[in-house]
Amino acid sequence: MSPSELSLLPKLFWVVVSVVGAIAYGLVIGGIIRKVMARIQGRIGPPVYQPYLDLFKVIFQRTATWHGYMFYLGPVFRAAGAIGLFLLIPVVFGDPRFDNFSFNGDLLMVMYFMFFGCLGMALGAAEGGHPHSVVAITRGLSQMTAYELPFSLAVVAIAAQTGSFSVHQIVAAQQGGVGHWFLFTNPLAAVAAFLAFLGMNMYSPFDIVLAPQEIPIGPPTEYNSAFMSAMMSGRAIFGVAKCVLYMDLFLGGATTILAAIVKVFFIYFWSIFVGAVFPRFRTEQAVRFFLGWPTAAGVAAVLAVMLF
Amino acid sequence: MDDKIVKPEPPLGGPPQGSRPHAPVGDGCFLGEEMKPQAPSYKEALARIKNWFRANSLWVMAYGTGCGAIELRPLATARFDMERLGIAMRPTPRQSNVLIVSGYLAVKSLKRVIRSYEQMPSPKWIVALGSCTINGGMYWDSYNTINRLDLYLPVDVYINGCMPRPEALVAGFQELMRRIKKGEADGWRHYMENLDWYKENQKKIITDWDLPEYNW
Repeated sequence: MSPSELSLLPKLFWVVVSVVGAIAYGLVIGGIIRKVMARIQGRIGPPVYQPYLDLFKVIFQRTATWHGYMFYLGPVFRAAGAIGLFLLIPVVFGDPRFDNFSFNGDLLMVMYFMFFGCLGMALGAAEGGHPHSVVAITRGLSQMTAYELPFSLAVVAIAAQTGSFSVHQIVAAQQGGVGHWFLFTNPLAAVAAFLAFLGMNMYSPFDIVLAPQEIPIGPPTEYNSAFMSAMMSGRAIFGVAKCVLYMDLFLGGATTILAAIVKVFFIYFWSIFVGAVFPRFRTEQAVRFFLGWPTAAGVAAVLAVMLF
Repeated sequence: MDDKIVKPEPPLGGPPQGSRPHAPVGDGCFLGEEMKPQAPSYKEALARIKNWFRANSLWVMAYGTGCGAIELRPLATARFDMERLGIAMRPTPRQSNVLIVSGYLAVKSLKRVIRSYEQMPSPKWIVALGSCTINGGMYWDSYNTINRLDLYLPVDVYINGCMPRPEALVAGFQELMRRIKKGEADGWRHYMENLDWYKENQKKIITDWDLPEYNW
């Protein structure tokens, strides 16, 4: 079945369902992360539904401060970037309900949306006027520029191997068994991309952007109440969308919702378990790291695709 | 010239009596219709739901004023683990709901505490930790610490002791959660209604007052 078989209204309905589902799933993953990290540290940890409690609590708060228009648009940009990213990637391959709006060349658009959210957040947080926000933005943008390089190289390698910039066709090229996944047919690109994923997810060892110890909470320092809730739900859907993208690029997509949920979970927890073991990098160490082996793997992946 | 610093006498009598509102359930963040005692039942139900969420997701401002702050650290460790109760530390007042005044409060820190407290979004609560916040404790005759915190800021829960152990802190948090759920923890509302009285007290003790009238 192709996506065009659904008319506009049912399509919109399923879009809303999948976005809400992605937010809900992202929040649950957030709860599981806190629980898992607590268990690793020998604690009981909060209930799995704790992110929901936090989200609704901040929704019920009100603020009376004024920081300027861009400050208020920051979380909106962030959420828009996350939702835009999510809606361009097919979640369940071949299912018109969850195929979303994949089109030829959407991979470039996807990469733009990944940047867009962070940039909007940076503009908004800077208008908050808090020096800590600005410090964190500088760190975040440096780190982002660094991990974008290996990630872009990996994407270029995959696109060259498939001969298409369409996520839909990249997933289609991997059908027919685990051996067809780009994780195994192009392991160099997978190495580059999954190392870049660590920086993208901003958990330890690359969590200096949000560094809760020295620069209080990073860019969101001045954000509160409903802005905070927009950012929390944006972060939830952004996390899921990134994992869905990686699933489509390297793990052969998913043909059922259950497969999508399981694959997203494992991709997400790749960064969590690395973060549980490794301490934090400083910004220049992180930049040096991403420009080292991950970039080398990315260049090698592109060369391998061109030569063989 | 006598350079001895003389501590001004705190006002006697405590907070104004009889003005503390008795709203059925603490709700809303601004004074308005929700303050009316005869709120419709659906509003009361909604307020109960909101209070349940608020009580189970307490974000504590990571700011220690005195030695009591040392008792906050073990709360995050495996032995006491405050995160299991939904309590988390937030490093910025904009995202905090609970301010713990941990022990003695120097006049100099009082300024910062007032500033931080007013920047927190309502509803917000103050937990006063240790004897020093009640009567000055061992610093009762110190030249630069305050003796009674509730003359300057509204306190919702006192935790007695010098120092209270982390178990006492957890018990205090549970008491705060119980009070929030019942809608009794409305110190922030008391502060807004009696702002003039609080400001008068604050200005009496902070001689070099350079704060705005309210720190938004």
